[in-house]
Amino acid sequence: MRALSWAYLALAYAFIFLPVVVLVVFSFQDGRLPVPPFKGVTLDWYAQVLGDDDLMAALLNSLLVAVVSSLVALTLGFLAAHALARVRLPGSALMRGVLIAPMTVSYLIIALGLLTVFNQMGIRPSLWATGIGHVVINLPLCFAISYAAMGDHQKNAERAARDLGAAEWQVLALVSAPMLAAPLAAAFFLSVTFSWDEFIIAFLLTRFDVTLPVEIWSMLKSGLSPATNAVGSLVFLVSVTLVFLLELLVFRRVK
Amino acid sequence: MTAAVSILNISQRYGTATALDAVSLEIAAGEFVVLLGPSGCGKTTLLNIIGGFAEPTSGQVLIGGRDMAGVAAKDRPTTTVFQDYALFPHMSLRDNVAFGLRMRGASRADRATKADAMLALVGLDGRGDRRPHELSGGQRQRVALARALAVEPDVLLLDEPLGALDLKLRRQMQEELKAIQRRVGTTFVHVTHDQEEAMAIADRIVVMNAGRVEDFGPPRQVYLQPKTLFTAGFMGEVNRIPVTNGQAPFGPVPVPDGTLCLRPEAISATGSLHIGLCKVIDIAFFGTHVRVHVTPLSAPDLALVVHLPQSAVPEVGAVLNLGAETFVVLQG
Repeated sequence: MRALSWAYLALAYAFIFLPVVVLVVFSFQDGRLPVPPFKGVTLDWYAQVLGDDDLMAALLNSLLVAVVSSLVALTLGFLAAHALARVRLPGSALMRGVLIAPMTVSYLIIALGLLTVFNQMGIRPSLWATGIGHVVINLPLCFAISYAAMGDHQKNAERAARDLGAAEWQVLALVSAPMLAAPLAAAFFLSVTFSWDEFIIAFLLTRFDVTLPVEIWSMLKSGLSPATNAVGSLVFLVSVTLVFLLELLVFRRVK
Repeated sequence: MTAAVSILNISQRYGTATALDAVSLEIAAGEFVVLLGPSGCGKTTLLNIIGGFAEPTSGQVLIGGRDMAGVAAKDRPTTTVFQDYALFPHMSLRDNVAFGLRMRGASRADRATKADAMLALVGLDGRGDRRPHELSGGQRQRVALARALAVEPDVLLLDEPLGALDLKLRRQMQEELKAIQRRVGTTFVHVTHDQEEAMAIADRIVVMNAGRVEDFGPPRQVYLQPKTLFTAGFMGEVNRIPVTNGQAPFGPVPVPDGTLCLRPEAISATGSLHIGLCKVIDIAFFGTHVRVHVTPLSAPDLALVVHLPQSAVPEVGAVLNLGAETFVVLQG
């Protein structure tokens, strides 16, 4: 029975990670195609990828969009959550619902909607447009995490800060936000990973400067190559690093 | 720094519920005043109104003669010590205590010096680098006190600050609170529902009930000469004896008609107000006194509680000749 549950666990992990393992293994392929048989180990593809200016530019673009859009989404989400948790407003349940609603809409629909609106407003597809799109998809997440973390404990500390002469922005910056450092960091890192991996919105809303997923897509169009695997492995490495950072900086401290 | 507080005809209504009903009080500068009453009597509401956390429906609050209408909590010359301490968990004790000074634009060095001095005042010298979660409840309360006093408020408001502490620690903190108040000279307004705490620390006690002030005076006066039956009962145990036409159930008494209130410790073998022979029903040794239930032989339906000295060793069924030393007669 015990062996069976271990086998089940192993199977489940294999199912999740086998594609990634295959991707990483064949990024080291000493040959022209990332398919079996495995012909030997080489780092040539990594050298090629890291030497590719377009790819590196796309990687920097992705990082920029991910960090900036996540910061904006986190700021807006935190402020909205704070207001709805602290102030009794008419229709606050409705407002909460509307804020979270974009989570249920597919990225494709959001991208098409933004594309239409931006066209009419005369905003050209660009990294900025993509950034706005990523704020749209990450704001509900940041709001939901911040809102769930708001509690009466902070409320009293905020009251004390006001009592000691803090203006409202000082209460937010010096007391409310730092007290919620762990959940806010979690929301930020999750937003960054979502933005980092996001393809459809970036595909429809960028033109000359593109993000990494879009660049990888155009590489794939010219056929399979271990170089694509190498880029994919690097993307995976960044995501894993973010998750580790989250675990190390945030969840460890909470315990 | 210190200032007088005038509460002028303050009322607070929430819908149809009345939390405060035309309350007026004059608190002198440097006075230690305790707002005392059962939960829901309006004492915390009154404290919130003085601190600027709630606007009264009607009436005025003057602090140092200045009208506080429309002045936000952050701009009032008051600070508050909260029941749950409300310390900032992400800051060191020094930064907690220095927070108010930081908001007032003091330099980093000045803040640190002042904060360390305040921590020393409350007996936490040298612990400035600790975090609140490393402290016990009593120590956290001291930090909250230091933080509120660091900005030298004219009036310090304390919202049941000792409520979460165990009895022994509470008694100790009461003495310290009183000593600190004498040292800094700030006006203290302290809310509690514990009448022993009120008597231990207050210069004057405000007894509140159902949104009204029942009594206002020094502990001795409020305890020995309560103005109302509520105050008499809330300040401590009391035997209530109806008197009509100069007749108590146990015989004639030389007092006006009303309710004769006798504290258990005021009844003794030598008391001048004659009760007469009483039979002992039950006895319990309390350490500081002996608590005895008796009934007068002349009024078997009347049960009295008497506190006899530690040395007394009566037996159940014994008959004692008792009288009251101090008493008060109240209407109602």
